[in-house]
Amino acid sequence: MSDATMTGPAQSVETIQSSYLAQVQRRRLYSGLALLVFVVLMASGFHIADDRNAGGFWDGLHQIGDYPADVLSEAWEKRTELPGLIGKYYPALIETINIAAVATLIGAVGGLFLSLLGTRGLAKWPRLIPLFRRISDVMRAVPEIVIALVLIFVLGGGPVPAMIAIAIHTAGALAKMFSEVAENADLKSVEGLASTGATWSQRMLLGVLPQVAPNYLSYTLLRFEINIRASAILGFVGAGGLGYELRNAMAWGPGRFDEAAAIFILLFGTIVFFDQVSSRYRNRLTEGQGQ
Amino acid sequence: MLKIDALTKRFGDKTAVDAANITVDQPTMIGIIGRSGAGKSTLLRMVNRLSDATEGSITFEGEEITSLRGAARRDWQSRCAMIFQQFNLVPRMDVVSNVLHGTLNKRSTLATLFNLYPQADIHKAIEILDRLGIAEQAPKRAEALSGGQQQRVAIARALMQDPKIILADEPIASLDPMNAQVVMQSLRDIHEQDGRMVIANLHTLDTARRYCDRVIGMRDGRIVFDGTPEQLTTGVARDIYGAGSDFSEAATSTEIETLDRSAAEKAYA
Repeated sequence: MSDATMTGPAQSVETIQSSYLAQVQRRRLYSGLALLVFVVLMASGFHIADDRNAGGFWDGLHQIGDYPADVLSEAWEKRTELPGLIGKYYPALIETINIAAVATLIGAVGGLFLSLLGTRGLAKWPRLIPLFRRISDVMRAVPEIVIALVLIFVLGGGPVPAMIAIAIHTAGALAKMFSEVAENADLKSVEGLASTGATWSQRMLLGVLPQVAPNYLSYTLLRFEINIRASAILGFVGAGGLGYELRNAMAWGPGRFDEAAAIFILLFGTIVFFDQVSSRYRNRLTEGQGQ
Repeated sequence: MLKIDALTKRFGDKTAVDAANITVDQPTMIGIIGRSGAGKSTLLRMVNRLSDATEGSITFEGEEITSLRGAARRDWQSRCAMIFQQFNLVPRMDVVSNVLHGTLNKRSTLATLFNLYPQADIHKAIEILDRLGIAEQAPKRAEALSGGQQQRVAIARALMQDPKIILADEPIASLDPMNAQVVMQSLRDIHEQDGRMVIANLHTLDTARRYCDRVIGMRDGRIVFDGTPEQLTTGVARDIYGAGSDFSEAATSTEIETLDRSAAEKAYA
């Protein structure tokens, strides 16, 4: 180590200063150019998009508040009916949450297997890692709504196709997140278990899962929140639940905006509720009970 | 100059610092010694206002420090530099940028985002690095440097702040003996040449004895010794470390000479 006693050819401070300044100026030039290119691309891209837009961004901009204003004013006029309407749509909400919950559960189990089979160092068949990875890529690449539309066409409308569609997407998305956690897991205990002659599933169950469980649960809870939203949206394509009622209320136009408002309130309240609950549990899982 | 009055910090029902009183009249090099967990770091962190005091006050040149908030607190922090055991640099940024971080209190976030530091500051940063003998490392990433070099970059960052006080929290605990000497000597030089106050947490007695004008001993959150290195007898040291009669100064030493000396003593015995 030459750092304790400064030896070696000593450059003068001036040389170091000027060469560092040159480096800084070069870096500033590059980042300035990058910023310029970014701004130009954003501006021109916006123009192209605006030209291709049927309505036009600037013409439509002032109308952006019209629909919410209509809904709010009508809901305010009929505000006495709101509690009754909320009660009326409550069963639909339960359906939506059920779809999300079952889909999350099935998707998480699927994601668990896909992730363990697709993680280097853990996989049972290392050669098949690319296969399992591509499977999870495909599952998360296809949007829920596309899978749901195909399944509704085959199975008919209702909550089951929606559940399957969300579960497939969840499995793909969670497999990606899970395997990133599993990659960072400490393999020493897995090796220790392997030395006792444990099978692959025993090694995973006892060596990997206890390490990654808090993170896995935390991601699953996050996914559950996302799935509630997804399940509400799938109602729009005929999968039942709150979204179905919302589409009806919106499609009927003025006169039923109070119903739309009631459904928005339910949806908003539910998402806030589950967001709060799951973030509390996620914090407890990641920071431990002591916090 | 600096007056710490009945400063107390509690974490739940545990008292980390218990009514500490320290008065410093002129820029001095002070070493705080004690076992780990004695409250040394907590004390320094309260002086820098990285953490808040539970009770008591700190005054510097008549200004109350413990009650500062927001921009006033950050202004105080810029006048009271801190050096850490683990250096606390930004590992992926180059050495000069890390030193320039000492001027952040005077810069806007936007200027920082685009890395726009004045040329005069860049020159000054490299001059400080030269003073500490590591100017040649200027364009390298901080993570590419050895521990001793990184700690000197941290000292350079502190000097860039042009502070009245430099707080050093175990500055040499992660360094080998040779680098520890270089770092301690740099701190001593800064104290002597610039007239800055230096307060260093040290866990070894002989470092405190060798480099400091005044030694403060802490045990279980209380200040149990405050005096010159000469007054620090083996009996007092045993008391500070809560050690038995088998305690000897060499036991806490990181100096190479002491290792040689104790080996030689063993050879004689």
